[in-house]
Amino acid sequence: MRWVVKFESLKMEINTPALEVHNLTASYNRKPVLWDIDFQLPQGQLIGIVGPNGSGKTTLLKSIMGLMEPDSGYVNLFGKKLDDVRERVSYVPQRESVDWDFPASVFEVVQMGRYRKSNLFRRMSTVDREITTRSLEKVNMLEYARRQISQLSGGQQQRVFIARSLAQQADIYLMDEPFVGVDAATEESILALLTEMKEQGKTVVIVHHDLQTAYEYFDWIVLLNTRLVAAGPKDEVFTSDLLQEAYGGRLTVLSRIGDLIAKKDFPLRESAFKEKEGRGDG
Amino acid sequence: MEALYIILTAFCIALSCGTLGSFLILRKMAMVGDAISHSVLPGIVIAFLISGSRNNIPMLIGAAVVGVLTTVLIELLHKKARLQEDASIGVTFTWLFAIGVILISAFTGQVDLDQECVLYGEIAYVPLDLIITESGISLGPRALWISGGMALLVLVFVRVGYKALVITTFNPDYAKALGISTLIWHFIFMGLVSLTTVISFESVGAILVVALLIAPPAAAYLLTGQLKKMLFYTSIISLLISVGGYALATWLNGSIAGAMATVAGILFAGAYAIYTLKLKGRGKPSLSKSSS
Repeated sequence: MRWVVKFESLKMEINTPALEVHNLTASYNRKPVLWDIDFQLPQGQLIGIVGPNGSGKTTLLKSIMGLMEPDSGYVNLFGKKLDDVRERVSYVPQRESVDWDFPASVFEVVQMGRYRKSNLFRRMSTVDREITTRSLEKVNMLEYARRQISQLSGGQQQRVFIARSLAQQADIYLMDEPFVGVDAATEESILALLTEMKEQGKTVVIVHHDLQTAYEYFDWIVLLNTRLVAAGPKDEVFTSDLLQEAYGGRLTVLSRIGDLIAKKDFPLRESAFKEKEGRGDG
Repeated sequence: MEALYIILTAFCIALSCGTLGSFLILRKMAMVGDAISHSVLPGIVIAFLISGSRNNIPMLIGAAVVGVLTTVLIELLHKKARLQEDASIGVTFTWLFAIGVILISAFTGQVDLDQECVLYGEIAYVPLDLIITESGISLGPRALWISGGMALLVLVFVRVGYKALVITTFNPDYAKALGISTLIWHFIFMGLVSLTTVISFESVGAILVVALLIAPPAAAYLLTGQLKKMLFYTSIISLLISVGGYALATWLNGSIAGAMATVAGILFAGAYAIYTLKLKGRGKPSLSKSSS
């Protein structure tokens, strides 16, 4: 019965955009990082926020999550203010944003996904612990539950963050670079998980810096370079004109990607990721 | 009995300082205690100028208020002016301390007032200041009651606010995203830190307070990877410092506070030795960035 009701209410609001950003301008030290950003994203899609370094991708995510005060503009999630729908929104910060030497176990960190303003002073319930366990299972980290977080590899840390986010049981997930410092196999399994979430009607928004894989991974793409270049279904956004507008004159990369898209053929990224891993750990 | 009073008072203070210090270290704000020890001076002077007496209570209140103000200023410089945390600490406390010095030289001239008369307490005097009821029964030293109450307050606070403290320390952005106010928790926590620091100064002196804020949790941090164990080890180390420090002072017939700070340093060295041995045993460093 509850499911039917839930389904009906879902149907009613299925046309509400999952995320609306209106005339958003944000700056660091008076230097604008985002300029008059305006777009809407549908529900139930896997969406990539793509743009060159320093194009304001992380700032956009932080502004959406209310972690940064924008200079102007506003953001709606499911047609409401963030405070009214907080329970439905989950945020995955960049992996590097925390100190992984913090004395905590994997389970304790993932359990934070169950923390609410309302249960801060209460013990975690059995349900909370069950959800935590299941979230760990989904990212294949259950066997590491008792391990200290400082002993994890980069890919494992990322999976812990994703599990913590899953434990929130939200409807929209905003993830900041979940594929950075992750080996190819883990990237594969994270992507499979995200696709599964999408199939369950969740909206997944991902800040992604790798243009090569963006087309392959996402249904929708937001192309950003301080200003909004384009936002829409990937085939509409991934045109050489728009890419050039976002990335400027770096044509060699762009034309290569254009060719790849034309051929619908993607090389294995093994070597590229090994390289990144090396740098990330240094 | 006097020895017991001193050891108990020291333990209560060490327990409050160490418990709060654990979170200070994890928040990378270990030097805040040091900053507060200097910056409270103007609060003491202003409290003296307003109350016109050298009574301890107004001065403690003045010191505590400025202590909180210190943390507010540090936070403000760090967040709004985007100054590094350590630089904000350095700017804030030297500035406040300087104001205190000017206030003393300009307004209090003839009166013997400086930090020492309120803050640089001497733990050996603890048993001298007893609370005695009207019927003449001694209830024990005043400092023991105050520090005992403080320890209780700190323990209750950490017990009740544990989850909030952990999440706002580990990942403040994520806490905010969940709707948990990092700002409120920060200021409650820092308020308690300044209160503890100022109250502890009064009974045990500045250097010992700074030592007790940092050394026990730093040693405990090396011994375990679990926060609850870290807090537990911190309290054990606090106990060892109080007892060991007193014993050392008696043996040397020297300063008790100095001996306790020395024992704190020795215990930290011991913890570091254990930590290095553990690492050798494991054959892999765990505190350096692990590779995948």
